[in-house]
Amino acid sequence: MQKKDSVSLRNRINAMVRDIPRSGIRDFFDIVSTMKDVISLGIGEPDFDTPWHVRESTMFALERGVTHYTSNYGYLELRRALAKYVGKKFGAEYNPEDEILITVGVSEALDLALRALVSPGDEVLYHEPCYVSYRATILFAHGVPVAVETKPENGFRLTRAMLEAKVTPKTKVLMLNFPNNPTGAVMGRQDLEDIAAFARERDLIVVTDEIYGELTYDSPHTSIVSLPGMRDRTIFLHGFSKAWAMTGYRLGYACGPAELVEAMMKIHQYTMLCASSMGQKAAIEALARPDTDVGEMVNEYRRRRNFIAAAFKDMGIECHRPLGAFYAFPSVAKFGLKSKDFALKLLNEEKVAAVPGTAFGECGEGFIRCAYATSMENLKEAMIRLKRFIAKR
Amino acid sequence: MDELLKILQANAIESRENIAKMLNISVAEVNQRIAKYEKSGVIRGYQAILNEDQLGLDTVTAVIEVKVSPQREGGFNTVAARISKFPEVRSAYLMSGTYDVLLFIEGRNLREVAAFVSERLSPLDGVLSTSTHFMLKTYKRLGVLMESGHAEERLSVAP
Repeated sequence: MQKKDSVSLRNRINAMVRDIPRSGIRDFFDIVSTMKDVISLGIGEPDFDTPWHVRESTMFALERGVTHYTSNYGYLELRRALAKYVGKKFGAEYNPEDEILITVGVSEALDLALRALVSPGDEVLYHEPCYVSYRATILFAHGVPVAVETKPENGFRLTRAMLEAKVTPKTKVLMLNFPNNPTGAVMGRQDLEDIAAFARERDLIVVTDEIYGELTYDSPHTSIVSLPGMRDRTIFLHGFSKAWAMTGYRLGYACGPAELVEAMMKIHQYTMLCASSMGQKAAIEALARPDTDVGEMVNEYRRRRNFIAAAFKDMGIECHRPLGAFYAFPSVAKFGLKSKDFALKLLNEEKVAAVPGTAFGECGEGFIRCAYATSMENLKEAMIRLKRFIAKR
Repeated sequence: MDELLKILQANAIESRENIAKMLNISVAEVNQRIAKYEKSGVIRGYQAILNEDQLGLDTVTAVIEVKVSPQREGGFNTVAARISKFPEVRSAYLMSGTYDVLLFIEGRNLREVAAFVSERLSPLDGVLSTSTHFMLKTYKRLGVLMESGHAEERLSVAP
């Protein structure tokens, strides 16, 4: 009886939504969450707490009664602060009045950008391995996802040749995410200039998710928006989750030409109305002293990055050097196990959680993602366990 | 500040091998640099940070504000250095404001601290007056909270 009901309900679900699989991360979480004493290298968020002055300002905002709707675009005071920050840090000037939209995390901003740009059948180029939501978000916007595979031999960077092989007359949007989750790859200025030239020649809109923009360890980050001719064909997405460890605040933003941002704002207006008011006040406080807050976290991540890269090397595990974000993406192919089996065995035998590379696209097969957003103590113990694990293979 | 010192300040017993990995340098270089800091006196010692309240010791800690008359040669330093040599004095700082030297004193009980102040500290040449406060509870020391943090709030796996 129950079975019959569920079958009939399933058929009522929109076919596209029904057919999109759940995130592989979610499946893995369900397994890990039943186990005790696991050291998790599977957490894609900072282990730092939000800086105290930001949390304290949130409490003050609540005390003052900042609990109401804001403008659809978000508080103008926050947009003004962002215009300054983005101008200085990422090299693109935006008018806070109509070129910046405050969103519920970059996730919402990405959804808005794609829904605002994509018409049914338009192709969207994106690179894999990538954040778990990209393919689904393109499909939800009725676009056609076209994945471009990046490779460890190129440091998981994107090249023009890779894009040329996949572009068609139907291609409308190019999505970028550097520094990259899950690979830790970054794109230097020269790399980006090739991609920018490609976007200009093919007349593509670029949607760039730079949520890890502050977290680079060997060289400063370059944004594609800062390159000639790119600002007016790019939607720049960023937020407070990673650099300020504010994931739970759900606060992101989009910057772009006014017409595009207005189109996004319309969807945001009807579906979300605005981002949380106290979160926006906290973000204003966060922007008051970005260098102090973010600087020490970056130093700590760099030490951990160095440590984990050296540990892999000692063990003979191949891993391209992660240059940004807080992920290492080592190859485990030589152990003769599928990524998922490797991750499951590692979890069962040594209680270390790392996410199978396939959660980030099919070309992630043969890799696991190890987030080093965890304490040095945890990292040290995880590497001891991993070493013991591979010694048995 | 040197990254190496930051690591040691956070955890002085971190292994030299791990420090080398974190800084992407050789173990030999780590040893050499630490030895240099020790020799030059930048590193003055290594101590454990204890939660003394948890140990349940019946000791008392007093914070004493001392007004000092500066000496003709040496200014405040002569008197401050003389005060600092008493083993009861755990920390001593020259301060701006309404008093000159701030002391942290440890004693077995209130009477012992009182005796130190009246018999040793106050009679010193150059000490003009003292004001003694007793410490009731330690919340944070040397950047370390004495209360353990909350359990992990993060999900065990996240995108």
